[in-house]
Amino acid sequence: MKRLLMIALCLLVLLAFVAGCSNNAQTPEDESPSAPASDDEDMGDEDAATGGGVIYFGLNYELTGANPIIGESSVKGIDMAVDEINAAGGIVIDGETYTLDYKALDNGFNTDEAAVNAQEFADDAGICAMIGPNDSDMCMATQAIVTEEGLPAISPWSTLVELTDSPWYFRACFTDDFQGEILAKYAFEYEDAKTAAVLYDMSNPYNEGIATRFREVYEEIGGEVVEYLSYNGKTGETDFTSQMTKIASAQPDILLLPNFYEEIITQTTQARDMGYEGKFMGSDTWGDTSLLEWDTENLLDGALWVGHYHKDVASDAALAFIENYHELYGTDGDPNDIVALNYDAVYLLKLAIENAQSYDREAIRDGLMSIETYEGVTGTMTFDNGNGDPTKSAVIIQISDGEFKYLDTVQP
Amino acid sequence: MNIFVQQFINFLQLGSIYALNAISFSMVYGIAGLVNFAHGSFFGISMYVLFFISTLLFQLIESTWIVYVIALIGASIVTSLVAVIVEKAAYSPLKNAPKIAVVVSSVGAGMALEYLILNIWGSKAKRMPDLIPNVTFKIADINVPLFKIMIVVIAIVTMIVLTLVIKKTKLGTAMRAVSQDRVAAGFMGIATNRVVSMSFVFGAVLATIAASLYGTAYTIFAYNVGENIIWWSFIAAVLGGIGSIGGSVVGGFIIAGISILAPIVLPVSSYKDIVAFAVLIIVLLVKPTGLLGKKSIEKI
Amino acid sequence: MKQRNAKNTITLNLIVVAVFFAVLIVIKETGIIASSTLLILQYIGIYSIFALGINMVNGYLGVFSLSHAGFMAIGAYSAALSTRYFFMAEWMFPVALIFGGAVAMLVGLLVAIPSFKAKGDYLAIITLGFSLIVQSILQNVRFVGASKGMNNIAKYTNIYWVFAFLLLAIFIVSRFVNSKYGRSLKAIREDQTASMLVSVDVRRNKTIAFGVSAFLIGISGGLISHLLGYTSPSAYGFTNIVDGLVMVYLGGMGSILGSIFGAATWQALVQLLKDLGTWRWVVGGGLLCLIMVIRPKGIFGYMEIKDLIRTAKERLNDRKQGGNTNE
Repeated sequence: MKRLLMIALCLLVLLAFVAGCSNNAQTPEDESPSAPASDDEDMGDEDAATGGGVIYFGLNYELTGANPIIGESSVKGIDMAVDEINAAGGIVIDGETYTLDYKALDNGFNTDEAAVNAQEFADDAGICAMIGPNDSDMCMATQAIVTEEGLPAISPWSTLVELTDSPWYFRACFTDDFQGEILAKYAFEYEDAKTAAVLYDMSNPYNEGIATRFREVYEEIGGEVVEYLSYNGKTGETDFTSQMTKIASAQPDILLLPNFYEEIITQTTQARDMGYEGKFMGSDTWGDTSLLEWDTENLLDGALWVGHYHKDVASDAALAFIENYHELYGTDGDPNDIVALNYDAVYLLKLAIENAQSYDREAIRDGLMSIETYEGVTGTMTFDNGNGDPTKSAVIIQISDGEFKYLDTVQP
Repeated sequence: MNIFVQQFINFLQLGSIYALNAISFSMVYGIAGLVNFAHGSFFGISMYVLFFISTLLFQLIESTWIVYVIALIGASIVTSLVAVIVEKAAYSPLKNAPKIAVVVSSVGAGMALEYLILNIWGSKAKRMPDLIPNVTFKIADINVPLFKIMIVVIAIVTMIVLTLVIKKTKLGTAMRAVSQDRVAAGFMGIATNRVVSMSFVFGAVLATIAASLYGTAYTIFAYNVGENIIWWSFIAAVLGGIGSIGGSVVGGFIIAGISILAPIVLPVSSYKDIVAFAVLIIVLLVKPTGLLGKKSIEKI
Repeated sequence: MKQRNAKNTITLNLIVVAVFFAVLIVIKETGIIASSTLLILQYIGIYSIFALGINMVNGYLGVFSLSHAGFMAIGAYSAALSTRYFFMAEWMFPVALIFGGAVAMLVGLLVAIPSFKAKGDYLAIITLGFSLIVQSILQNVRFVGASKGMNNIAKYTNIYWVFAFLLLAIFIVSRFVNSKYGRSLKAIREDQTASMLVSVDVRRNKTIAFGVSAFLIGISGGLISHLLGYTSPSAYGFTNIVDGLVMVYLGGMGSILGSIFGAATWQALVQLLKDLGTWRWVVGGGLLCLIMVIRPKGIFGYMEIKDLIRTAKERLNDRKQGGNTNE
């Protein structure tokens, strides 16, 4: 009996071999830069070293699964950055010019796959670093591999605090702690809100992280959180009327909704329907102009949220970035935060390589750590916290007249 | 007092949507005898087609009612076509296979359809245009938007029409026959294959109506909007007793009731799911065939 | 004669296992294959155990149960907690895994109770409710990290442990299936009333089936949480439920080979279609439909390995004797 079992298992091993070896990371069909995408597992530094080769990084992104908009936005930012860098002459190390290119692997919003992708990048000697994943859950699944294999990783969008416990993980954005704190202080001081309520998605560590920190700081500085409610986003919750009823009867001065922008309209509509009259506040996941398009009733007028950048205070580079985006992808909406952060992540990588004058992984890691200041489109970043968290300012944005208006910049 | 009335209206709205989906699911299950895991993607497709047609039409026509009706008809046709194609390709080859085979096949079909939606319409979430005029009434000091009333009305009308069709028409009788005993119905000269396909069409139309109501109530949707609907419809249909339209309605409203009540009554609102499922389990333990389900006599 | 045959079979089995083990050592230690392929192999092994566990109830017992996500979560978290607080040494890893399996098993015995009265899809909902309750609890309890999950779990899983426990799972399932318990399970699956009439203790057998199933699934959970050193409640929801069903039914329920093959095929599907971008699951979904239409009982159906050997022997005989007949 076991004889056949052995044959079968051997077949499976073969199957897995086929699966592993033939799983070539390929650049997405349309937007790949001029450099050729290689199929070999072993890129060979020899190729690149002989003057004017290609430096590859890996992109671990959420193309399919629960939130494909993340992957789609991510790749837009990546492509813009890579194309720009190459057009401007690539990366120069010791006088040799290198083109930048990447291999993309979809993680399907699945922790198993995210981990396999990270491992594949780690195995490939030609890949110098990994950018992504964007979602915190996916990132945490890759943390152990990244640390063990010594693969420098930059997550553009994950704000989960524990991520940078690994010395190899960096991020291009600020953390939940920082954001929660800003929200709390802003609510209390600027909006003069003495009472607040929170409604957050408890199935996602990001939302929960901000809600928790907000409540901590808010209560510390003297505010009162009258309602602290949650819902389970994973089961497709769309009816928040009961929670809103509770909130409406408490009538707090502000209601914090640190949730993905796709859910905000439903939530605010229901809040107003149930009679809530106070103001709304949001987190960086509000950063998509679709929110404004959908808000036909102007419910969000006056709402504040914490974002990464805004055109009004944007540097020239940022303005050029926005214009470039419109040229490539049409004028239907501005680039959202994911696009911008992924763009910055690529530039961070370039800066690290240039600082270290090498694309060796350890050197890149050191290069990232030693970045003093970097002016990205999403603001100025300084890696001076002894880990992968950049000290970064945030912008407070107010929705008024159907637009995202710049209100203030908050320094850490 | 106001809160109760408001929540009652919300309860009716949510219950109507769940009920319609549960009926849709239950019909296919009762007549075709299979668990249609692709139901969620039918819901999704009808949502997107509704969006497509109504966005197009709103550029030409102003009246929301006309646009709504046309969009509904158009989306029903498309969804029915898709449903029948899936039925022919993925389900009827398996009609003599163990029931479980259909589960995998329907999962596959559902996945394929969902990602087809993603590829056609993109990953950006869409907002359903107002299919029902944006009017609000003031009833006893509460603001009641017209659409909430319409949702309940449309749902009730649909259920009445459906019941009439099932009870009075030849097709309806044939459907009831097939759902009771497929083999015997065949002997009686009923074209069972056609009846099964018709049940899919009915299911598709119901899903389309439910999608239009959902789109009106919650406006924003993405390609995977149907994914969770399938589970809740399944639960509601089973709770009420599979194959029973009345049962599906009851089941849908029970699920809605729990959804609305739990966050109010519970100290920590995130326990709502736990409570909902616990209630479900208890009901099923006490009444293993669902609330209105028929006790099936097992042949020995 | 009989004794010699029995001895032969055992020696043969041992040789096969040893050879396979040697192959694994070579693979792992010499680094012939990429670490990512090794990781995929471990997934295949772990999900094979998972599928074998599901198969006990969904296949052999014939009950449409959706409880596997809950059992896997319980096993994963219990084992992780135990290596964090009790069984901290690496050599105690198998103990931790068995502990995880045992906790899941205890819960499994409870889950069996509704199966006495409720049938078919009604039972499915109850088991679905169970899985979702488990996920919901894990998302709420701060001690296990709530939605952030557990991180810094010891990474004790390696291909050897996966292989060892896979063997254990195969052993348990095959002994069970070929025992009187197994036969009574099949009897219950075919006709519950009839089996009751021939004094099959339906309740006890159902409970045992659920228990064994939960035990195996729990072990697979423990293995996976120690694979990446991280686990979170998001992995144990609807997706896990559907994936599990697909693996078991695709491979063929009521077949050990089928479960393993189903798990492997599913992983292969996931990995191989990655290059198709957003068309990945259009093709994948279509393939699932296609495979089921071609092989409605799953790839291996109800066939046990003996059947395969018999069919293979028959075909060989036909070819020897028939000559130019069938081809």
